[in-house]
Amino acid sequence: MNVIRGILLRREAGIAAMIVLVCVAVGLYKPQFLTLNQLRVILLLVPLIMIVAMGQMLVLVARHVDLSVGSILGFSAMITGMMFRDMPDIPWGLGFIVAIGTGALLGLVNGALVTVFKLPAIIVTLGTLNLYRGLTFIVSNARQVDRQFVPSELKAMSQTSPIFGIPWIIFMALGVILLAYWFTRHTQAGRQVFALGSNPSAAALRGVKVNQITLLVFTISGALSGLAGIMYASRWGFVNPSNTGAGFEFQVIAAVVIGGVSINGGVGTVSGVTLGVLLLGCVAAALPLLGIPGTAQGAIYGAIILVALIIDRSVRQHGFASLRWRRA
Amino acid sequence: MSERGAPLLSARGISKSFAGVSVLRDVDLDLEKGEIHALLGENGAGKSTFAKILAGVHRPTRGTLRLNGEPVDVSSPLAAQKLGITLIHQEPISFPDLSVAENLVLGHAEGGWFSRVPWSQMTSEARRQMDLLGVDIDVTRPMRGLSIADQQMVEIGRALSSDSRLIIMDEPTAPLTPKEVDTLFGIVRRLRDEGRTIIFISHRLEEVQALCDRVTIFRDGNRISTDAIDKLDNADIIRLMIGRPLKEYMHKHNASIGDVALEVDGLTLPGRFQDVSFAVRRGEIVGLGGLVGAGRTDVACAIFGIQPAESGTVKVDGKPADIREPGDAIALGLAFVPEDRAQAGLFRTLSVEQNITAAIPRKIAPRGIIRRAVERVFAAESVQKLRIRLASINQPIGELSGGNQQKAILARWLLSDPRILVLDEPTRGIDIGVKAEFYDIIGELAAQGRAILLISSELPELLALCDRVLVMAEGRLTAEIPRAEATQEKIMRAAVPRAQIAEAAA
Repeated sequence: MNVIRGILLRREAGIAAMIVLVCVAVGLYKPQFLTLNQLRVILLLVPLIMIVAMGQMLVLVARHVDLSVGSILGFSAMITGMMFRDMPDIPWGLGFIVAIGTGALLGLVNGALVTVFKLPAIIVTLGTLNLYRGLTFIVSNARQVDRQFVPSELKAMSQTSPIFGIPWIIFMALGVILLAYWFTRHTQAGRQVFALGSNPSAAALRGVKVNQITLLVFTISGALSGLAGIMYASRWGFVNPSNTGAGFEFQVIAAVVIGGVSINGGVGTVSGVTLGVLLLGCVAAALPLLGIPGTAQGAIYGAIILVALIIDRSVRQHGFASLRWRRA
Repeated sequence: MSERGAPLLSARGISKSFAGVSVLRDVDLDLEKGEIHALLGENGAGKSTFAKILAGVHRPTRGTLRLNGEPVDVSSPLAAQKLGITLIHQEPISFPDLSVAENLVLGHAEGGWFSRVPWSQMTSEARRQMDLLGVDIDVTRPMRGLSIADQQMVEIGRALSSDSRLIIMDEPTAPLTPKEVDTLFGIVRRLRDEGRTIIFISHRLEEVQALCDRVTIFRDGNRISTDAIDKLDNADIIRLMIGRPLKEYMHKHNASIGDVALEVDGLTLPGRFQDVSFAVRRGEIVGLGGLVGAGRTDVACAIFGIQPAESGTVKVDGKPADIREPGDAIALGLAFVPEDRAQAGLFRTLSVEQNITAAIPRKIAPRGIIRRAVERVFAAESVQKLRIRLASINQPIGELSGGNQQKAILARWLLSDPRILVLDEPTRGIDIGVKAEFYDIIGELAAQGRAILLISSELPELLALCDRVLVMAEGRLTAEIPRAEATQEKIMRAAVPRAQIAEAAA
């Protein structure tokens, strides 16, 4: 009985219930929502958000925020796309190293600004959100990298499947989820991220290397945004300086907050974030079916973030069981 | 403490300055193995700074530390921990979102970044540690939600799991109930008997007398004396702490008592207090004693309109008063200085001046524009009158010591010239010298014809100041004791809930 109660009180249960609720409600109204094809649409929608959300989760748990993820995604995708275009002979797999490396570097810059100059992350990354986007225009001369330059092997990753017709990029997202789980749950550094976010001054007193951990979470967030950048090229087949990754930070932060990660730091679970991303994917997939125009999506995401925050606050106030999965 | 071996730790010539201000001067001190050593002194006397230097929170400007005869450099809290020195703060510094077990191990036994967290081993180790302490805490629970006493136990467990030889406790008993204090003392004595050294910082002399072996007294950054506790009585200690006899402070005020200023009748808020009736006259100081949680603060909040009572009446100057929110109370000439300074409306980042004048916007800004000169005069007068110690009136109030913050808040309320003053634990966490000044101030305020309701958990305070003492237990008034008849025993007897008396008798 206590076990069941414990599960029901977990944040994850609430999100899972929301997913079911959304699917049933939309399915009753538009039965085609509950088809295998639609599942495929959702699953193809979410991998990019999923990957970036895992990094964002770490940043939020450490009591920071990374608003620049969309711009890092765009810049990394552009650098990689231009490399494919200008050096057609290099092996396409090298694109992953370039994209992840570029993203990690930009994330490191964020972290360095936060740690060296003691600036609040929200201001730093608001600045780099614009800075990195601007750099993307400068390096690309504001020109798009077109379909024909993106290696077909890379594009195939979003269509071909090793098994069950599930495309490669979904497996990559799964891999990132497992890595994030391992990191948060089983490494000393992961635990220090939680400690830092839970009480920064105590963390410093207890010998947590605060600056290093801060650099680490921003670098991871950047690296994962870079990975999402090359996957964008795979999924859509082009890289556009103004569109690629634009506004991505909102979807990602919405998903992470829905997933129960506290903006006050210290609290968050990989399973919660995974479900949060899936819920957001369901909503995003349902909107066109319900005849809601794409232009209204921003408003929907904004509303979702606010609702999630209100739920988060009231859950905290009513002192529910720990929202964290950690049971030491 | 009979035979004196080599000291565990010797400090020689420890000095510390902050921004050119010297707070600790040439302190020499030897700590023996297996002793409980009290550090006493007023706030700002240097005892906490000294403790923090031992624990690596501060680095000394000059001086050397030797541990077991070896010179050591305690460069950080982590270094201190590795040397076996742990500082336990009054409000334990913990990670509220992490489990108890994680809180216990974080900071030591760390591997590299990507080394594995040994969850099951960590949990069983944590359980063992809590069992050793004899406390029943579920180590898988998050730290958030644990009582302060339990959090302290976790901190002590942490000190032990890194096998600390020197454990420094900074006012550990302030937030504890008497029963929790007993448990803590039992554990501290056991740690001493295991040969560990405990530094115990407290303002409560009776606790120091009951627990400690030796006592070192600090005053104005100097070590004044170190003695075995049985060589000193309380009067000696107080004299050494404040540098003059206490007597001249503890005088009683005899104000002329006038008409009834505040009268409450049948005040009831279900679940908090029932049928509370009393009156306070002009020039009178009425004490409200009782245990924490007896409903005293709730009554004060009800009178002041923060959370009004459901039934009962409040009369101010003989006229029925309908107080629904604090604004109503202020308009009627009431002032309420709550216990919690943060809740009292301390604007930590604003200057002392702005904090003091915050309650009189009309006076300093007649047409909505603040007149700086007027503001300055008001604030400066208050600082002088209440002897608030500060570097500058433009200093952020958060930088002042607790006692001086409390004075500034009192000053704010006094500027609005209240006729009825409700003070909730005004001297909590304030050291003895400032406390005495507070008693003087409160006495003066009564002499000016103000009616004062003083909530206090400190019996000597009630006895020294009050014309009458009301006592509450479990939400009811249980006694009203005139000054001539008031004794500590009488107050305590009325304060203890009936059920517990029955229990004790059985």
